[in-house]
Amino acid sequence: MPKNKLPRKSTHIDMTAMCDVAFLLLTFFMLATKFKPDEPVIVTTPSSISQIKIPPNAILLTMDPKGQVFFGYDNTEAKAIMIKDMSESRMLNLTPEEQQQFVIGASFGGSLSQLKEYLSLDPYERKKFPFKGVPINDSSSDLTYNELVYWVQSARSAGDNIGKTPRICIKADSKTPYPKVKKVLDILVDNEIDRFNLITSAEAIPSGSAADIAQQGTDG
Amino acid sequence: MADIEVKGGKKGGSKRKKLSTRVDLTPMVDLGFLLITFFMFTTTMAKPKTMEIIMPSKKKTPKPNKVKDYTAMTILLSKKNKVYYYYGIGSDPANPPKIELTDFKPQGGLRDAIIKLKNNVAEYKQVNVNQPGVEASDEATILIKPDTNSTYADMVNSLDEMQINGIETYALIDITKEDRSFIKLKDNVQSSGN
Repeated sequence: MPKNKLPRKSTHIDMTAMCDVAFLLLTFFMLATKFKPDEPVIVTTPSSISQIKIPPNAILLTMDPKGQVFFGYDNTEAKAIMIKDMSESRMLNLTPEEQQQFVIGASFGGSLSQLKEYLSLDPYERKKFPFKGVPINDSSSDLTYNELVYWVQSARSAGDNIGKTPRICIKADSKTPYPKVKKVLDILVDNEIDRFNLITSAEAIPSGSAADIAQQGTDG
Repeated sequence: MADIEVKGGKKGGSKRKKLSTRVDLTPMVDLGFLLITFFMFTTTMAKPKTMEIIMPSKKKTPKPNKVKDYTAMTILLSKKNKVYYYYGIGSDPANPPKIELTDFKPQGGLRDAIIKLKNNVAEYKQVNVNQPGVEASDEATILIKPDTNSTYADMVNSLDEMQINGIETYALIDITKEDRSFIKLKDNVQSSGN
């Protein structure tokens, strides 16, 4: 190669590699983003200054503005154990496919008698399923009538079995009437569950308030 | 990959050959990183936060705490996100408490009333030091009584106010008949005043 060719080389930096990296990362983040699972109801949570994150393996009790309760569980492993036990103990006769559908599915808000019908639907039909909420009755200690207790206890024992004790998260809509929320809380307290996480959206701490001063104290 | 040199390699062409046919990838990289930033932020920010709440267990029945009247404030949550409050526990029927109507506004709302309570308690403790019934460990105590026509947002907002104002002792309890009558009384005064 003759030396006089050198000046002709471009002084451009090749951006191709950088572009590759950028899009690789972009793809990663797009795929890693956990999109909200299809919830049967849209719930607008009230906001609070709390900074506590949702605990892992949580039991999620969603309450819509009418006060209907939906049961969800953020632990597929425990969910599989749970639905198997429930199918046996309550004679639901769920097929393994239906059980699998439950494990990967979203929250369920119906009575146990509706469960088999719901799970046998195809995913599109399932979205239109007319839910009326998990039945909660006044006789809160009686498991036959109070299916919410049954759901929560099954979920807890399944979680305990694999060493991942779940916490209970309550995600209620801002407009949910207080008595409905209180009823759910009472039912759970009656069954010796007294620690809850109320899911809220984040809000800035007002400056100058006691919480603000306390936080500055820990930061500095 | 991206640069296509149409005339590259051919010797002795026209002057045009010197013009680079490379595509400038800088804007594309910019865009890529912008989107990365967007996805990074949305992934972390979409996570909702939670508020921990521990309800008193019914089975264990701990010794009920006696709330001292001077440290107490009662908040009544009513319909249309209205908040009524009074200082004290309102247990003396002969001397009904002064009910105030407020809301959850950051200025001039419930927050100011709670700050006032904290100041009052601190002041009272300073003035009445060593008096019977006044202990150094006394602190502002708030009783939250949501009425049946209040919503979940009211409850969360009032619990949030406890956090904002650093109130350590508070309880969520059932509303009483007396408290309902206080609300009614206040509403009547309000409507006749207008």
